[in-house]
Amino acid sequence: MVEYPGYPPEFWDSIEKVEETREKRLKETFPKMPEAEREELVHKYHPDYKEGTKRPVRVGAYKGQLAPHEVADLLEAHALIDPSEIDLDDIDYDVDILIIGGGGAAASAALWANINGVPADRILMVTKLRFGDANTKMAQGGIQAADREYDSPIYHFLDVLRGGHYTNDPELVKILVTEAPLIIKFLEDLGVMFDKEPDGTMIEVSGGGCSRYRMHSCGDYTGLEIMRVLMDEVLNREIPVLEFSPAVELITDDRGQVAGAVIMNLETGRYHVVRAKATVIATGGFGRLHIQGFQTTNHYGATMDGVVLAYRVGAQLRDMDSVQYHPTGAAWPPQLAGQLVTEKVRALGAQLVNIEGKQFVYQLEPRDVVSSAIIRECYDRKKGIRTITGWGVWLDSPMIEIIHGEGTIEKFLPAMLRQFKRYGIDIRKEPILVFPTLHYQNGGIVINKYTQVLDAKRKPIPNLFAAGECTGGVHGKNRLMGNSLLEITVFGRRAGIFTSKHIKKVSLGKLTLNHVVRWENMLKEAKIRTKRKAPIILPDYRGDVRYR
Amino acid sequence: MIVLGRRTEGKTPKEVEPRMVTIYFMGKAYQVPEGITIIKALEYIGYKLIRGVGCRGGFCGACTTFYRKKNDYRLYSGLACQTPVEDGMYLTQLPFVPAERRKYDINNVKPDVNTILSLYPEIARCVGCNACTKVCPQELPVMDAIQTILRGNLAKAAKMIFDCIACGACSMRCPAEIVHYNVFQLVRRLYGKYIAPKAKHLEKRVEEIENGNYEEQFKKLLSMSVDDWKVLAEKLQKGEDIVL
Repeated sequence: MVEYPGYPPEFWDSIEKVEETREKRLKETFPKMPEAEREELVHKYHPDYKEGTKRPVRVGAYKGQLAPHEVADLLEAHALIDPSEIDLDDIDYDVDILIIGGGGAAASAALWANINGVPADRILMVTKLRFGDANTKMAQGGIQAADREYDSPIYHFLDVLRGGHYTNDPELVKILVTEAPLIIKFLEDLGVMFDKEPDGTMIEVSGGGCSRYRMHSCGDYTGLEIMRVLMDEVLNREIPVLEFSPAVELITDDRGQVAGAVIMNLETGRYHVVRAKATVIATGGFGRLHIQGFQTTNHYGATMDGVVLAYRVGAQLRDMDSVQYHPTGAAWPPQLAGQLVTEKVRALGAQLVNIEGKQFVYQLEPRDVVSSAIIRECYDRKKGIRTITGWGVWLDSPMIEIIHGEGTIEKFLPAMLRQFKRYGIDIRKEPILVFPTLHYQNGGIVINKYTQVLDAKRKPIPNLFAAGECTGGVHGKNRLMGNSLLEITVFGRRAGIFTSKHIKKVSLGKLTLNHVVRWENMLKEAKIRTKRKAPIILPDYRGDVRYR
Repeated sequence: MIVLGRRTEGKTPKEVEPRMVTIYFMGKAYQVPEGITIIKALEYIGYKLIRGVGCRGGFCGACTTFYRKKNDYRLYSGLACQTPVEDGMYLTQLPFVPAERRKYDINNVKPDVNTILSLYPEIARCVGCNACTKVCPQELPVMDAIQTILRGNLAKAAKMIFDCIACGACSMRCPAEIVHYNVFQLVRRLYGKYIAPKAKHLEKRVEEIENGNYEEQFKKLLSMSVDDWKVLAEKLQKGEDIVL
């Protein structure tokens, strides 16, 4: 293997300053920012507020509301399929519940539908890559739940709202926080290896924007551990999963109900028809759209497919203008540019410092605040480190070993240690260079507490459900760390439970793709001229010299 | 913009013309910039990947790659999203790892070595050759973990292989034909469910929630204004407790 020597020599002057100030900083906590100052900082520096990056969507339920160009482009695109080419009488799969997606929300929905009495062979999961290939696996930091004496779901509720700038759907937040301990218990009983004290007490740390220690973790492979256990259980229950078979369009019936989906075998290019009494969209977020050209932490398949599908049958969206940039994406080495440096590094005490080794923000402010502060430090104050790909500031990881003792990083952040070691950087001894990276789709499909997808009049679209990152409302305009693994398991569970009841009342009519024909007419009426088709299923990096 | 990850010998970082190297992908030669990962190199030469690609961050085990190098007899493996290309690399992506997985009921098994031996008896065929350990991209003690399981210490084994990402490289090399990652999944779940101590505070909180203990407080909370919430939330941030 090629030896990579770590940081280039021109960084070392600054690294030495970080080392010099470390001892003094260990005794200091940067003051938390008052509410008013936080708002001002975010408005001035957060990429969401940058001019010229968004436009009002011109068609559909979200018409007139702002979305990033990359998102609006897909919402205004043509359907991938030509309805006249699909024979809907030739049904390949006839099931009660179709679950679109292969991540944590999809797996949870499948499990809980089965637990609630739907036979495994009446459920079908379809996913674009392998089962489990999802952002869930990449979630490192943890999962929140107020399960300690000193904590309360009430506290968790208020933290979530504060993090989301009070734009969240309070009803959904209440569900998130009250069902959180139930989910942790469920996962513990399935055999998830949470980090625990010898007596079984969960090891819980803080997270950005959290008022209490309630972050549960499994090393820095929390999402991986949860995902693989959920998968293992789905496989033990023999719930069918079709891999490399993304849904490319929903199917409706002659009464206007959703009745399944057209899926495509990615390898043969053939379409197949799935009829279902209930359809759950659990397709995750939009990181791979590279909004504003940002690097992303996201999985290869995070292309917003589910939102596109739901939108064509009339689903309302919310907060699509709000994108979460994780404050600490790797800024060096360039091979790792944009990849996640988990918030747990900050939760364990690592401070953010500039080129002079000085702190400029309390490291555990909510994510949008920290991102904005880093951007200000670099763009405005020019106190960041210039790299070939842009800018970076130091995340002082060696502090962790001083605060919590030697070996802490190896124990709690093995993934991170390994990742940087490959490029000659020892994060136990050297700080990590970081810059914000595109991380999470805050908004999405509007749902109610039964995970039913709602239209522009807030009426449920018959037989259509959604859960996870593809939905909006739970996090408002900003998500806190540790609430995404929670959202997918809580709302995936609800989707499983409510679809298992819902299917008993459903009778389907004749299958149609009339909504696609209507959609094409709407595009014409809105005078949208584009050759673009959606969903895009996978990003295309062929020959792309940016090497995302 | 193309960037090299190596020391620039005292120069200020700037755009550097990359040195091109030759890699052989499934036998065909291609020129690619040095230092980029295998995944990015494949896209650079024109592949739109479906198999052999996943999270692109080293967490999912989808992009297992096997390669040899010029004038070197050894067979190497790694994750294509984490391994930089080298001059003279002969490589292929594994599209799929054929593996046998045995079904079980987690609520109806004992957390001991007999459970594992009854589901995966082939682990007893381990000859201790250590081929599995050598190819592990996570640098896990794969063979030691199998031996530890055979000695009955599931708790220790579960922790040893916790960082397994199920890329399957070990199972492709094993002369005893063990599918390590499926065995490890079983071991971890047995540990997590039966051997690790339960969190008592969790049980208590679940009981409180199921008894509806917080409903009254939520009723009050949901009837409040945003400004009221703000006051309460800021109190919490200062470490104060709140009573509704």
